[in-house]
Amino acid sequence: MANIGAYNERIRAFDWSIAEKELDYSDGNIINIGWYCSDRICLQGKRDRVALFWEGFGGNEKQFTFNDIRVASNTIGAFLRNLGIKEEDRVCLFMERIPELYLSFLGVLKIGAIVQPLFSAFGDESLHVRLENAQTRAIITQRKHLSKVKKIVDLLPSLEHIIIVDYDDRKPLQKNEVAFSLEDAEPMDQFEIFPTKSESPSVLHYTSGTTGQPKGVKHVHYSLISQYLTTKWVLDLQEDDIYWCTADPGWVTGTSYGIIGPWSMGITQAVLNTGFSAEAWYRFIEKYNISVWYSAPTAIRSLMKAGNELVKRFDLSTLRHLASVGEPLNAEAVLWSEKVFNKPFLDSYWQTETGSIMITNFPGMKVKPGSMGKVFPGITGTVVDPKTFEPFTEPGKVGLIAFKPGWPAMMRTYWNNDEMFRKKFKKGWYLPGDRASLDSDGYFWFIGRDDDVINTGGHLVSPFEVESALLEHEAVSESAVVAKPDDVNMEVVKAFVTLKPGFEPNNELELKIMNFIRKKLSPLAMPQEIEYMDTLPKTRSGKIMRRILHAKEWGEEIGDTSTLEEDE
Amino acid sequence: MEEIKDVVLSYVIEEYLEEDDEEIAYDTPLISGGIVDSFSMVSLKRFLENKYSISIPDDRATPEAFDSVNKIVTLIREFTG
Repeated sequence: MANIGAYNERIRAFDWSIAEKELDYSDGNIINIGWYCSDRICLQGKRDRVALFWEGFGGNEKQFTFNDIRVASNTIGAFLRNLGIKEEDRVCLFMERIPELYLSFLGVLKIGAIVQPLFSAFGDESLHVRLENAQTRAIITQRKHLSKVKKIVDLLPSLEHIIIVDYDDRKPLQKNEVAFSLEDAEPMDQFEIFPTKSESPSVLHYTSGTTGQPKGVKHVHYSLISQYLTTKWVLDLQEDDIYWCTADPGWVTGTSYGIIGPWSMGITQAVLNTGFSAEAWYRFIEKYNISVWYSAPTAIRSLMKAGNELVKRFDLSTLRHLASVGEPLNAEAVLWSEKVFNKPFLDSYWQTETGSIMITNFPGMKVKPGSMGKVFPGITGTVVDPKTFEPFTEPGKVGLIAFKPGWPAMMRTYWNNDEMFRKKFKKGWYLPGDRASLDSDGYFWFIGRDDDVINTGGHLVSPFEVESALLEHEAVSESAVVAKPDDVNMEVVKAFVTLKPGFEPNNELELKIMNFIRKKLSPLAMPQEIEYMDTLPKTRSGKIMRRILHAKEWGEEIGDTSTLEEDE
Repeated sequence: MEEIKDVVLSYVIEEYLEEDDEEIAYDTPLISGGIVDSFSMVSLKRFLENKYSISIPDDRATPEAFDSVNKIVTLIREFTG
């Protein structure tokens, strides 16, 4: 029997107090996610249950019980507190998926500070703008990512502490650097956890928009209520499950459902910190008896590419429930998983700003392959007319996805940018920026973004950020960046550039520019293709018209070009 | 062929290794070892195509085929004849 029971019954009789009661929380109480994910589980008698099976490069393995993660997070919290980190200070986690990342996440929350997780593949410029915006006081990182921090530390007066979790004495510590070794630190069995309340800030994830710099999405400790219940009802985690969320905690899925959800339920999870290969993933599922698997369409399509024969070489019979997030899951992928795993991947839809799953296919519900599913109980969601922002009264019309604000994990604002936050609301609806239709059975069908943001492999990339970085390359005079269709990643970044005098448009320069962006921003932001242009299409006022280039890539009608200055 | 091995190894070291990464050899796992991610693989593929004047079809540019310098050399040989 699935945790959710009967969906329609849940819709009829829903209240978020269901989660509050299960978590023994009442309005006004202390609520600290770090405590809920470790101390509370130990108090429930599960201190010796494995919280984390971890495997890294070269077959390196570790495991931690719930008591281990309780003590380790206390220890990290105490270390930070001794450095002078206090409540609401921002502490960036800039690490690969090593145990210290997961344990630091809880440790930072336990002292009431705000966790700012950043994807470890970010280049120095991506790191710089996010740390500067958040006025981050400390960053916890690894030796291999230290060079990127060093490049920008002098530009960041707020960054007082650079904490290295695997320091090895080979190089002397530099300005603001301090070593911390979890293995050598004195374990803190007893620790005074900061008494955060429901609206105390917890996590600051950065997300990309069409224009301007990335925005810091501010979440609070009360988000736990949504994250706990959606984990229980959508991911259907049960006592004996071994759960694998393949997302990196540099992104919101990796924290909401790769840390908070499973651990607040006291569920064992497994983490694989190696690069992708289909064989390695199947071997991991077999080795750790994974029963619930939360992954992404890009990964699923990569597994499809690796072929069905490979699947047969592994015993994957422990898999009980599969779910997917990040971008729309195409019908072919759903049908493929039914064929090879004997169960479908169930798609779910949400975003950094929503903090928890909003629309999904529930266990036991009829799946319409290619559909996003239905709203989570307690969520009022619909599709509104993009001009009037009124909900459509007829099914099947394409408009904007819209939610009534008020669920516990809803972002509270964008960091230092209330104005941008307010712009996300129209006529009382929160608009995530995606287009869809709603059928007569209440299923949502994804159409695409309503802006120029590129969704590549489930990660949002701002065309503005890439265009700005391109202009810093010595050869580039002008740039325009759009999404290009891609079989595996749904979309990839494509750049159009004009060159400065003296530079030749050739393959060698294209590769140089690609690598320039990869190192400066991230591999995700690297254009997978660069097209040289003599001029870029512009409006009469001189604004580059991305939509012309986008339409060209997608084989769409170009539309009104009456304001166009120059066409190709 | 020794030369191709060294060219590819040098390029990987120059472009993809972080400052404090361990040294790598011809058979070090690149993709599954987290040195080159799936997005960066595109730039590595582009380098090989430019350098050896070949075209590697997308269905052959798999994480497995790019997972070490040795495997990449095998792939290049196939397309250079």
